[in-house]
Amino acid sequence: MLSDTLPKAASKTGEQIAVQIDGVGKSFAGTVALKPIWLKIARGEFLTLLGPSGCGKTTLLNLIAGFLEADAGELFIHRDLVTRVPPHLREIGIVFQNYALFPHMSVAQNVAYGLRTRRVSKVEITERVREALALVKLEDFADRRPRQLSGGQQQRVALARALVIRPRVLLLDEPFSALDRNLRGAMQVELREIQSSLGLTTVFVTHDQSEALSMSDRIAVMSRAQIQQIGTPDEIYDRPQSRFVSTFVGDANLFSATLISSSGKDVRLKLGEVGLDLTTYQSDLPAPGPVTLFVRPEHCRLTEAGSPGAVPATVALAVYQGSYTELYLDCPFADTGRAMLRVPASTVMAPGTAVGIALPQQGPAIFPKE
Amino acid sequence: MKKSLADHLLDWSGRIFLTAILGFLVLPFFVVAIASFNKGAILSFPPEAWSVQWYVNAFEYRDFGAGLRNSLRIAAIGAGIALIAGAGFAFVFQRYEFRFKSGLNAILMSPLIIPNFTIGLGILILTASASLPRNLWTVVTVHVIIVLPFVVRSVYVSLQNLERNYENAAESLGASPAYVLLTITAPLLLPGLIAGGIFAAILSFNEFTASLYVVNRGTTTLPVAMYNYVREYADPTLAAISVMYALAVAVLLLVLHRIFRLERVLNVE
Repeated sequence: MLSDTLPKAASKTGEQIAVQIDGVGKSFAGTVALKPIWLKIARGEFLTLLGPSGCGKTTLLNLIAGFLEADAGELFIHRDLVTRVPPHLREIGIVFQNYALFPHMSVAQNVAYGLRTRRVSKVEITERVREALALVKLEDFADRRPRQLSGGQQQRVALARALVIRPRVLLLDEPFSALDRNLRGAMQVELREIQSSLGLTTVFVTHDQSEALSMSDRIAVMSRAQIQQIGTPDEIYDRPQSRFVSTFVGDANLFSATLISSSGKDVRLKLGEVGLDLTTYQSDLPAPGPVTLFVRPEHCRLTEAGSPGAVPATVALAVYQGSYTELYLDCPFADTGRAMLRVPASTVMAPGTAVGIALPQQGPAIFPKE
Repeated sequence: MKKSLADHLLDWSGRIFLTAILGFLVLPFFVVAIASFNKGAILSFPPEAWSVQWYVNAFEYRDFGAGLRNSLRIAAIGAGIALIAGAGFAFVFQRYEFRFKSGLNAILMSPLIIPNFTIGLGILILTASASLPRNLWTVVTVHVIIVLPFVVRSVYVSLQNLERNYENAAESLGASPAYVLLTITAPLLLPGLIAGGIFAAILSFNEFTASLYVVNRGTTTLPVAMYNYVREYADPTLAAISVMYALAVAVLLLVLHRIFRLERVLNVE
């Protein structure tokens, strides 16, 4: 599966490559932190590494930054081979989760740091620091110390400090996780605006799937030290290629079914007594036998119990969410015993009511039974 | 809530017990302080007459002046060397993995378990058998060995508390490892380094048992001079010195505490 997504990604980014990762892998004391991966990131692209903790996303980021040295493979930034180049010569900008602003320096000194290491003239430093602080709307805070700033302001300083050196790649290591929810949304929009206006290649590490979906040009979903799937946010959401991706990104209803037969993308399934004929988006289908059927909640429809082709279920719980209601159903075929549907907020359903779940003809996927 | 009689007894016995312990801790100091102002050479309690003559005597006795100068010089040089060496060792230990790390660590920390007199005796035998001169540097060597574990620990803890991302961020901004050390690591470690150095100096200044073996007439430290004095004279001059000594160290520790927070230096937080 990995092999069929990669050539696609590579051809898409054929024009101008910012980062090229060729078989880079890393182990720590015998534990594989990152299996060898191949990945090309286009100039100006916003690529998100999405995955649970321990999936290898931070390891990959540290390898790109140069804080870790790869066991195998080669890494290119703007066509330069940088596999053995130390971090200070890689010309990358990085924003850490805790920002890591130098506590013994003022805001302006923090931002100027990367210019001083480059021996930029004093006049130019002053000008570029002012510009960078203006970009993040912190001109008036130049003389403050980092500890005198709020979390959001500290993050802007960290961003200005990384941007002022005009990095070839900007690396973001979970930069929003320390911010409260409202501020996080505002900072995400602001960051994306700055990023696209500067045409800055960005690699963004997060475990938050909604953040990944809303910000990225492409998402690489990672788990178990490798990339499980890479694609645009809608590809990842609408056409997950594995059970892991389907459940990690967005909500998923998974049903235990038996695959009777398949021809091309058309499949015939049985859920107990209920027979289903569906068309999937997959090119690879498992062999006939026990399988897992994946459908997004918004593609399921609530019908009356016993309707032809409907999966039988009973209402367990209705959770009012304002604009809609989440209906949790006990369903003998659901993998976890529960399925979830979103219904209009006005729907009233008493627990225990027998209902049916109508599945769409187009668009579900079938994964091998795990 | 109403307390039972047993609770009251426990409560009060606890308080008395704690007060007694604290009393025992400070009692020697008060006895010595009272003795130092006693007019007579032989301690009587309570003193029959008061005087500061022992303080005057302490300042006039030449061995004490020489001892103080030696002690200060040894403490300054020893703490300086221990600080530089200790910071280096701590840095290597915290940042690198190598084959004989635990062995080297055990050797560095061994002065904590080897008695000071053994260290002094060892160096004495060593200098004698190698026919090396016994001078100020011999004493400094002994003191460096004794205070080094404390400095290593203190700097190691400071390094461990130092957020690694500061250095990573600096490196990503184009700073070479040496520039990072100079502009980020060293300034952020400075409080820990200074405190570690002062702590080492105090330990060195107080050191007696090991020094006793390696000093000669010219390099006698203040604690050894005091010991020599008490063997010849039995008057409260030493009490006067002890009081000044304790006060000076207390003032120094107070200043240290104000500036750097002592708990952090001693790693007992």
